[in-house]
Amino acid sequence: MHSIKTVGVAGSGTMGAGIAIVAARAGYKTIVFDRDQSALDRARQQTQGFFAKSVERKKLTQEKVDRILNGLTSTTRLEDMAQCDIVIEAVFENLKVKHDIFAQLNSVCPPQTLFASNTSTLSITEIAAGSGRDENFVGMHFCLPAQLMKLVEMSPGLRTRTETFDAAWEFCLALGQIPVKTKDNPGFILNYFLVPFNNDAIRLVEAGVAEPADIDRAIKSALGYPMGPLELLDLVGLDTHWLVAEALYSSTHEPRAAAPALVKRMIAAGQLGRKTGQGFYSYKTNAMFGG
Amino acid sequence: MQYEIINTGGSPAFEDSHDLLTQGQAKASTLVIVGNQAGLAFRQLSQPQRYTLILIELGLECLGTHTGESRGQEGSQILGFSRFRLGEAPSTNLVELVRQPQSVESAILTAKALLEAKGLQVSVCADFAGRILNRLIRPYYNGALTRLDEGLASADDLDMTLKLGLGYPEGPITLLERTGLQHHFKATQALFEAYGQSAYAPARRARVAYERAQFASLSASEGPPKKGQS
Repeated sequence: MHSIKTVGVAGSGTMGAGIAIVAARAGYKTIVFDRDQSALDRARQQTQGFFAKSVERKKLTQEKVDRILNGLTSTTRLEDMAQCDIVIEAVFENLKVKHDIFAQLNSVCPPQTLFASNTSTLSITEIAAGSGRDENFVGMHFCLPAQLMKLVEMSPGLRTRTETFDAAWEFCLALGQIPVKTKDNPGFILNYFLVPFNNDAIRLVEAGVAEPADIDRAIKSALGYPMGPLELLDLVGLDTHWLVAEALYSSTHEPRAAAPALVKRMIAAGQLGRKTGQGFYSYKTNAMFGG
Repeated sequence: MQYEIINTGGSPAFEDSHDLLTQGQAKASTLVIVGNQAGLAFRQLSQPQRYTLILIELGLECLGTHTGESRGQEGSQILGFSRFRLGEAPSTNLVELVRQPQSVESAILTAKALLEAKGLQVSVCADFAGRILNRLIRPYYNGALTRLDEGLASADDLDMTLKLGLGYPEGPITLLERTGLQHHFKATQALFEAYGQSAYAPARRARVAYERAQFASLSASEGPPKKGQS
């Protein structure tokens, strides 16, 4: 059985930071890689804020948090990922960007290091094909916000070895997460449903059917969903949603998967959601969700 | 807040004992019309102009069906409302309050206050088929049923993934079974006719459930086959 002691996370955006919290909290030595030092600093600050809330809510002791944060480091040097037993990639939803990062990781990581992608829409087989180790590659799609949600969609690519998938599955369980095996289909299960649903909600705003708050209230009150679609989009980020929707649309050609024009206009206006302080709602802070 | 009430009976979402239906009074400036003939009762009103607010309970139809429409300039003190209910499930507390482009803002505020005073939550929306909720959930339910048919995941895995991944209280397959697939068929068929978009086209499993419900209702009305009948 593959022994995993050190976890690498490539990318320190919302998902990368959340996955790093999950790994560090489970006791793994965790290294977050990003070329952008300011992105790493921002993630570190948000992570500290998240754990401070965990202590405040008595979910963790300060002593435990100190231990977790000691085991959670960051780097802008790709070479530092050489010590990782598994690297989970959480960068932009763009096949070329993912191929580039995996090709570089492949040159520094030892052959036994597992590669995993947190892609939510792209084909695991296609990403793996550009990784240099497609047999040692698996899809691990964490849900947003990763630090709070338990589900992980686990997908083997066409050339993934059974032992690789099993090792990643065991690792997922050891993280305290709940893995669900899905086929390597566009959007797997979650995004296949969620992205068109969210696009439909944006189209209601676009068409003047209702205000965002009325749509979110209706969904939460009538269906018991924890968040309305527009609140969720603000959390995800409109730029990220655009990429995910475009990736899903290019794979499925289903009209509901295509991002509505309003998304592009909001991106152009810098209204990306919580992270810019303005999306479908206005925000005063960019603190990480939960704690 | 005082209001008159006309209950035509057979409300799709309100029990006769609901506070909204029992607490009406005579001679008020607000009129609430509920029941499955609410639109007809409104159209038969002799002096609608004497009210500063009229609320008409809607089914799947648009408010404009009862008020008429004119060049996108329609709207007055007459509003529609629909308390959301999924098939055979109990009614939710969510009311979609339907406005038109020129609806009187003070009437909307009064309607919200009245409904909220009865313990209901209110989402204001424009007068489009499916309003907010049916527009959003029917394609999702059709997609889940179709994906199940295609064998891409088991019903249990689909439900579990959507519950755990998105925090939904119930997966779509279990929810549709609990509330009645045949009711989903009727709601989504109406939207398919209104918009002509394939996302609203009833999924095969919904159509089958609806047809079976029709058979059952036919059998119940005809009784068992008589001797000599084939």
